[in-house]
Amino acid sequence: MKYEPVIGLEIHGELLTNSKMFCSCSADYGSAPEPNSNICPVCTGLPGAMPVVNKKATELAALVGLALNCSINKHNTFARKNYYYPDLPKGYQISQYELPIAEKGFLEVNDGSENQLNVRVRRVHIEEDTAKLAHEKNYALVDFNRAGVPLLEIVSEPDIRTVEAALDYATKVRAILRYLGVNSGDMEKGVLRFEANISVRPVGSDEFRTRTEIKNLNSFRALVRASQYEIERQIKIYEEGGTVVQETLGWDDAREVTTSQRSKEEAHDYRYFPEPDLPPLQLSDAWIESIRSQLPELPEAKTARFISDFGLTPSEARFLTSERTLADYFENVVAKSKSPAKTIHSWIAGEFMRYLNDSGLSIDDVTLAPETLAKLIDMVTDKTIGASAGKTVLTELFKNGGDPAQIVKEKNLLQMTDVNAIQEIVTKILNDNPKEVDEYNAGKETLFQWFMGQVARTTKGKADPNVAKELMVKGLEERKK
Amino acid sequence: MTQTIDTKTVKHVAFLVRLGISEEEAQTFSGQFSSIIDYFNMLNEVDTENVPPASDIANAENVLREDVVKPSMSREEFLKNAPNSERGYVKVPTVLGDE
Repeated sequence: MKYEPVIGLEIHGELLTNSKMFCSCSADYGSAPEPNSNICPVCTGLPGAMPVVNKKATELAALVGLALNCSINKHNTFARKNYYYPDLPKGYQISQYELPIAEKGFLEVNDGSENQLNVRVRRVHIEEDTAKLAHEKNYALVDFNRAGVPLLEIVSEPDIRTVEAALDYATKVRAILRYLGVNSGDMEKGVLRFEANISVRPVGSDEFRTRTEIKNLNSFRALVRASQYEIERQIKIYEEGGTVVQETLGWDDAREVTTSQRSKEEAHDYRYFPEPDLPPLQLSDAWIESIRSQLPELPEAKTARFISDFGLTPSEARFLTSERTLADYFENVVAKSKSPAKTIHSWIAGEFMRYLNDSGLSIDDVTLAPETLAKLIDMVTDKTIGASAGKTVLTELFKNGGDPAQIVKEKNLLQMTDVNAIQEIVTKILNDNPKEVDEYNAGKETLFQWFMGQVARTTKGKADPNVAKELMVKGLEERKK
Repeated sequence: MTQTIDTKTVKHVAFLVRLGISEEEAQTFSGQFSSIIDYFNMLNEVDTENVPPASDIANAENVLREDVVKPSMSREEFLKNAPNSERGYVKVPTVLGDE
């Protein structure tokens, strides 16, 4: 029997606010100098302390809801999710339960075979992050700097049917959060975390079988590997006539297996009830529209525009729009350059990215001005310099900055376009190598590249390759016996 | 008489809040919980057909603060209230049910 997975994803993302969700302590726990330095009675759960909602966080949460095509609940409330764990100072987490800020959205994703499908977003709700626990041998150490940092939970419906679609959904949510500027997407720092709900069923069936929930997926790789592992594990159970047990699983990154967290099962009784310390949020149409007006052009729309305006292929456009800063950079170069957008894409996707990858840099680290890159690309387009000289100049610009024209002059990289000069070089090469000429004319056509190599060596790569090629073909033809 | 809240439920609630209780206490609380629940069950007799659920009783809404950082309390002050600490962290026992 053939099986298909049924996958739903929960994505937790911290919101980039200055202060915490319910108090005025700094939310920037990553740069806190010491443990327990950004804390107050509210975020450490001292008796009598009262939470007050961070206005900015509600705006960012609504922005995310709108970007995910959700409707905003004008009346939304906070709830207490009760459980006992030392990373939760109050004994409950303030969250949203019955009336989250946003619900019923969707996101178009790719299923790995160029098919698009809509994954419905069930809800987007606001909650608070927990403290950080460091487990020692016989005890644990608690740092409350992260406790109370605004956290958004984005829950999908179980609409995902392939691991590739799960990866694409997660990738797109991350890109949207980054486009909106509400989350850095830096998974290594834990500001974005995934959980996958997975079941499998026979292909063609529409039943929902028992699902398991995998927690602690802190990278895209973990999401993919854990999902693949869990799908195979469940199929094997059914094939052997067994039943899947509903449980929470952890993902062991080192061993690449899911592990049962059975011990915590009984504790999954959260006894939600309305948070008596926080009045509801009542959001007006005008407020919602003012948030909607702040939505930037999102990756999907930008991709479509890049395809229609710049004549790029879908995959070229998707590459450039994967990061807002990269898309902006590309557009700035296009605006300053006389070269075709296609050519500019080739430079950015090629030499430019190669340099960044080799140097471990990201687009955000680039100090090279778009107009400088535009100047360089134009010099190649108008044949002032050759493509290989262009690469040399780009590396120089990255390393030491400067002006492309000046670098070309200093390094003597001007392209040789004088036909007579190139002819002279071609003739000399042909006269100096009669044996190779004869072999070529006897049918050893692969030697042509060798002849071109001689031109490149003699001219240090400066000869216009098209002119040199034409003259070389002609010269060899003339020497045919 | 049958109790609305049986001893099994009492023990479950005790586990959730990490309280150890004896069999005898479970019996006592079962009776006490049940009478509290039964008392509140009187509310079920009220017709609430057209009454929206209340989520707060103060009739307030949109109590918000600006996203501005204010100084935090001192760690020393905070740690005074912790039963145990180490290198500026709160020190807690390994948690029940942890690996």
